[in-house]
Order: sequence, then C-alpha cells, then structure tokens
Amino acid sequence: MTREALLESRGISKSFFGIRALANVDFEVRAGEIHALLGENGAGKSTLVKILTGAYRRDAGTIALEGRPVSPRDVGEAQDLGIGTVYQEVNLLENLTVAENLYLGRQPRRFGLIDRRRMEREAKALLAGYGLHLDVGESLSHYSVAVRQIIAIARAADLSGKVLFLDEPTASLDAREVDLVFGILRELRSRGLGIVIITHFLDQVYAIADRVTVLRNGERVGCRAIADLPKRDLIGMMLGRELDEETHHRAEISAEAAHAPAPIRFRDFGKRGSVAPFDLDARPGEVVGIAGLLGSGRSETAFLLFGIDRADSGHLEIDGREVPLASPPEAVKLGFGFCPEDRKTDGIIADLSVRENIILALQARRGWAKPLSPREQAEIARKYIRALDIRPPVAERPIKFLSGGNQQKVILARWLATDPRFLILDEPTRGIDIGAHAEIIRLIEQLCAEGMALVVISSELEELVAYSHRVVVLSDRRHVRELRGAEISTQSIMAAMAADPEESAA
Amino acid sequence: MTWIATRLRRLAPQLIALALVVVAITLIAPGFAHVTFQNGRLYGSPMDVLVRAAPVALLSIGMTLVIATKGIDLSVGATIAITGAVAASMVAAGHPLAVVILAALGVGLLCGVWNGLLVGLIDIQPIIATLILMVAGRGIAQLITEGVILTFNRPAFAFLGSGAFLGVPMPVILWVLTGLAIGLLVRVSALGLLIEAVGINRRASMMIGIRARFLIVFVYAAAGLCAAIAGLIVTADIKGADANNAGLWLELDAILAVVIGGTALSGGRFSISASLIGALIIQALNTGILISGWPPEFNLIIKAVVIIVILALQSPVVANSLAAAARVRADLKEPRRSRT
Repeated sequence: MTREALLESRGISKSFFGIRALANVDFEVRAGEIHALLGENGAGKSTLVKILTGAYRRDAGTIALEGRPVSPRDVGEAQDLGIGTVYQEVNLLENLTVAENLYLGRQPRRFGLIDRRRMEREAKALLAGYGLHLDVGESLSHYSVAVRQIIAIARAADLSGKVLFLDEPTASLDAREVDLVFGILRELRSRGLGIVIITHFLDQVYAIADRVTVLRNGERVGCRAIADLPKRDLIGMMLGRELDEETHHRAEISAEAAHAPAPIRFRDFGKRGSVAPFDLDARPGEVVGIAGLLGSGRSETAFLLFGIDRADSGHLEIDGREVPLASPPEAVKLGFGFCPEDRKTDGIIADLSVRENIILALQARRGWAKPLSPREQAEIARKYIRALDIRPPVAERPIKFLSGGNQQKVILARWLATDPRFLILDEPTRGIDIGAHAEIIRLIEQLCAEGMALVVISSELEELVAYSHRVVVLSDRRHVRELRGAEISTQSIMAAMAADPEESAA
Repeated sequence: MTWIATRLRRLAPQLIALALVVVAITLIAPGFAHVTFQNGRLYGSPMDVLVRAAPVALLSIGMTLVIATKGIDLSVGATIAITGAVAASMVAAGHPLAVVILAALGVGLLCGVWNGLLVGLIDIQPIIATLILMVAGRGIAQLITEGVILTFNRPAFAFLGSGAFLGVPMPVILWVLTGLAIGLLVRVSALGLLIEAVGINRRASMMIGIRARFLIVFVYAAAGLCAAIAGLIVTADIKGADANNAGLWLELDAILAVVIGGTALSGGRFSISASLIGALIIQALNTGILISGWPPEFNLIIKAVVIIVILALQSPVVANSLAAAARVRADLKEPRRSRT
C-alpha cells in the first residue's frame, strides 16, 4: 500500500428480511483518488453506499475514516463526519436561488436574520473556485441539468469535504456536460478528496477513475487499478465469467430454415435517444438472445419490439407484409407477448388473483365485450398452474402473496394463454430462486421446440449461451454484433461488448 | 351458493353499519320504521330514505367506477345542474317528454366524455380535470336557465320525481334499475375486471394490451350518465331547475358513499352494491337526525362522528389492533396456547 486509506470498510454485511444483500465486503477509498464502484443490477452497490453514508445500518463489519472507527447513524451524521452523497436525482430545490441551494439549512446569519449579501458573496466565491461564474441570485430552474449537478457536487463537497459518493452523476448529461462535471471532479481530487462514483458507462470509468471496485451478488469481486485492467477483463469481473471457457452452445437451426426469409422481420427499427436502428429476424423454433451491459439498450429494444415505445424509424414485416406496430394492443393482436424485466411495476397486477392475472392478456385481446366465462377462466388457470407448477396452486390467491419465481411463472402463463407466435422475455430469471430458475429455462427450451419464436434478454451470459441459437450483442444503445451457432460463447459475447462501438459498427 | 357467500362477506361491513344506524334511529324515534300503503304507493320514513337517497345513490354508481380507475369526479354535482337546466328549459319550451329525457341523458354523457378525454387522453390529473367542469358547469347551467329558477308544470315529467309504479316511488325504481344495469354491464362483460386492472396498475395493464384510455373515458361517461339521471329526478321533483343549488356538494356525498362502500380511493377492487348501501347509510343518517327532533345544528356533527366510526372500523390499522386485542383476550382465557 502506497497511500493510506481515507475511508476503509472491512467485512460489511447486510441482509434484508433474511435475504443477503452484502456479504463480507471490503472497500476503501484513498485521499485524492476517483474510485469507480461497479456492478450489475442487484450487485449491492447502492446498499454499500447507503451503509457508508449512514442511510442504512450495517449488520456486521467495521468502517474507519482516517484510521478512526466511525458508525454514522444517519445521513446528517455522515455529513458532519465528512462523508457526503450526491444522488442520481439531484436533490436540490429548483425554485430557490443557486446561493440558497448551496447554503440551505446553514445560511450565514446576522442579528438572527439571513445575511443574504454575505451568502451570495460566499456562494459566488465557492463556485468560482470550480471555474464557474454564475448569477447566484438567479433561481436554480434557470440552469441546465449539468450546472445543477455541479452545484449539488459543490454543496456536498463544501458540507462534507472528505469523501464524496456520486450516484450516476452523468446519467442525464451529454458529452460536453460530462466533460464539465469531470473537470469539477478532477479539481476535487486535486484538493485531496476521496471520490466514489457509481456509473454504468464504462468509457467514463476509463476516462476518469483511478481504481475500480467490482461487486457481484453482494460480494466483492476485486479492486484494481484502472490503468492495467483491460475493458474485457472488467466486463468479465462484472459478469463473473473471468475464466469460464465452457461453450455448450446450441446448434444452429437447420440450414434451410435459417436461410428462408424469417416470418417476423424488424427492419431499421429504432428510436432516437433510445436505441439506434437495428434489424432483427425471428423464426419459429429459434431463440434469439440479447446480451449487453446495464444501460446498453436491452430493455429499450424490448419496448420497441412490443410497441410500448413507438419506433421513429424502420418497419415491421410479418409473413412478407408490412404491418404497423404502435402500441401493445397492436402487438398482442399480431400474436406477440412480452414479459417485462420489472415484474413489480410492469408485470403483476398485485391485488388481482392468480386466475385473473393469467387470463388478463387473453381477455384484453378478446376485448371487453367477449368475456371469458368463469368456467373458462378457472380452466385456463388450472391448466397453467399445473403446467408451470405454480405454487401455491391456489387460483384465487392474490398474486402479490406469491414468491418472485411464481409471479414470473404467472406472467409467462398470462402470455402462453394467448397462444403467441413471438414471445419477448426481458430478464426472465432475475431475482427468482434456483428451482424456479431451472424450470423457466426448461420452459424456454420447450416453447422453442414447440415452434415458438423467442427473444430472450438476459444478463446471465451462461444462460444465453445455453439456449440461444443466435445472440445479438448491444453496447452503448446499438446492436453491435450478431453471433450465431458455434460462435456463441461467454467469451465471444464479452469480447463483442467490450469492442469499440464505432469499430464494430463499421 | 359460494357466490352468494362471498358477496355477503364483501357487503357485511356495510350491511351491519346500515342495520346499526337503522336500529339506533328506531330507538330514538320509534315511528321511524313505520311503513304504510296509501293512494297506491308506499309511505313512511324508510321509503323517504330510499327516495331521498336517489341522487347520491345514482352518483355513487358512476363514482365507484371512476374511483376504481384511481380517478375522482368532482363535476357530477354540476352535471346535475346542467342536465336539470336542459330538461327544465326543454319542458318549458314544450318538447315531447322522450326528447327531453334523451337530450338530458345525452348532455350528461357529453359532460362525462369531456372529463374522460381530459383524464384519459390528455393525462390531466382527475381532481383538476373534473374541477374544471365543477366550476364551469354551474355557469353553463345558468346560461341555459338565463339566470332564473326555471319552473314548469308538466305532470308527466314531474312523475319521474314524485310518481310511483306498483307502489314504489319512481326515484327508487330509477336508481335501483340504473345500479342493476351498470352493475350487470361491468360484471357480465369483462369491463369490471379490466377497470380494476387499470386502477391497480395502469402501466402493467397497458403492457398487457388493455386499452386503458378507452376504459377511462368509459367510466367518466358512465358517471356523467348517472348524474344526468339524477338531474332528471331532482328537476322533476321540484318541478324546476335551480342552476345554483341543484346537486350542490352532492359529489362529496357520492365520494363518501363509495368510500363507506369500501372501494379504496387508490383504485382497484370495487363494489357498486356496497357503494349503494353507503348512499343509504348517509341518507338514513340525514333522515334519522331530522326526525329525532334534535336541533338541526347537530346534524352535520353527528353525521361526521358516525362516518368517522364507520371508516375507522374499515381501516386496516384498526382491524389489526382489534384482531390483536381479540388474540390477547383468547390467550388470557387459554394461557397454555399463548403465542408468546
């Protein structure tokens, strides 16, 4: 160790309702470094940050700041110790002035009244220190998101001056604005602050970070200096496939089937600000896997394929005829089905029963005037509860009382009941227990064998390799590569993810 | 049979509350439960409750559907005034009765569709969207009546308000039939389920392919139609249209009836029959307090207290602590089975 750690935590563990979120995680930040904290969804990044900044209490482990043990009980106490946070949704008040935002709750006073003049003078000086010259008496809503972000950072640094946590500081900024914010971060680094950024833009990690810590499934995978860590290895750390050489891919579907024109063809499909135009073919009996890191445009692709987001370029051909696709009802009419990634907000109708959740898509397609009779409903529910082994096998239980895996099966059953020809599954195995996991993969393979066309989005590369006939790799909101048959391996997928987008698009 | 059992279990809290209110009033004013048959129709305080409940009962039918989609309709009171003004002015102008009724219903439907488009298509928050018509509606009604209280004398039309069929007063027939018709429409078709799905999770419903916008326009249209029927009854009853006072604040009683009926303002599961019982509870309280002979100043306060009690009994917080208290009592009786 060349330098002392500024903030050092050892063996941090945390569980929520018996579910482990963090297990024995070590994490350290040095003075004068920018440290990237990376990991896919559910890796435990935000839990760790919340523990270090006092928002959550840890179950086990130690935290030391400048060598002294600390235990912040809330965010305010962490702030007083010198540990500040800037959240993704900038927590400033738009209707107040820049100066008021900088000094809210600690305004300089004179004779018990707020000394507005001094406050504005100090605010001006503070921002000038970052090379930013603004009218601090102007209300914040006057300024761009980037300036607001800088003001949030300046406020946090001024309040807490030792360690700064930034959650996705560049998520809604364009390239020029990102440079502006990075300039501020470099300035803070040179002042000796320890800065932790959470981001899913890997290019930005390489542009600004000194070291990187990767978390996966609540555990620390490693901490490395960014200078001697190739991007491919970094992706490997995030996805957990560093040494995995296994290639148990599926054979391509028969040659003539693969060369016959696909019955479902998306051409030049895309939407500005969402996903760059792409082509996608779907054939009966074929699984197309979609791989990409968080934020690469995976779910956005699914939303376009199902008409939830309206494509602003390209068209869809079905059986050789061009058809419109502008809304989910149109997609359902075409025989499409879609299991969304976010089961809670986009999938289940929590208060309705398992039976009602299963029949809902079929009922929506038939229209309100052609109700399924109670007998038909009960029969459909019984059939799929048995076929997919939904537990408990009680059709009238509200779906909110089922486990994640069983909720996922109900949503699958909802679409299977409509007898779809094309099914889009977004992260079908996320957040469900091992048993249900294996069942859902078996189901994907079985549906495919029965002649359904499937698109499966997953961050589990091994899974994709196991059941996909083709894999489309996304990076930076573009479809950069399509792998087929023997080409498919976790290695080749990660290589495609890491490739420079300009290079592979050419 | 199980269907009846589940229905009864759903309606039990409202039925018990109604029974308690009726018993309490009968204890205070023994003449309350007395019903007689004179001049070919039923008379008595219970009939009075059923008749006077008509406007709120009708409004609560549409309001139930609106609230089930997580919405609210503040404009139905004003819609009563508009449709009443339309009906009164057309009656006064001598149009045939069928035309008058169809025109009033059409105007009510139009008011509802307007709200539905604001909420469903333009995505304005329901409370604001319907506030627009709530405020503007009375102005529109005044324009129609030209600022005066329009009166008329047409027995055939007045029959809707004060007549009786087979001994049952017309307002009662109208709200019961409307409740049955709309209740059957939404429950025999798939409308009810789809409305509940949209109210519980509009985003997920949209992703399933449910046409949420259509359903939202439908529920507000239904609310407008119910308000139009209420407007006809109110106008026929007083043989005139009072643009300033017809249906005034009734939207709030209708919302209260729905809430007493156990349909949550957060949308989802709904029961039209429970809302109708809620409307009867409100009217029974009004009538009961009136005939008990207490000074009228007490009316609103007593009503408020009773309603707080009813709502508190429905609250999950109270239900949980009552259940906990029952457990403690059971444990005291049989200490060996104690849960601790």
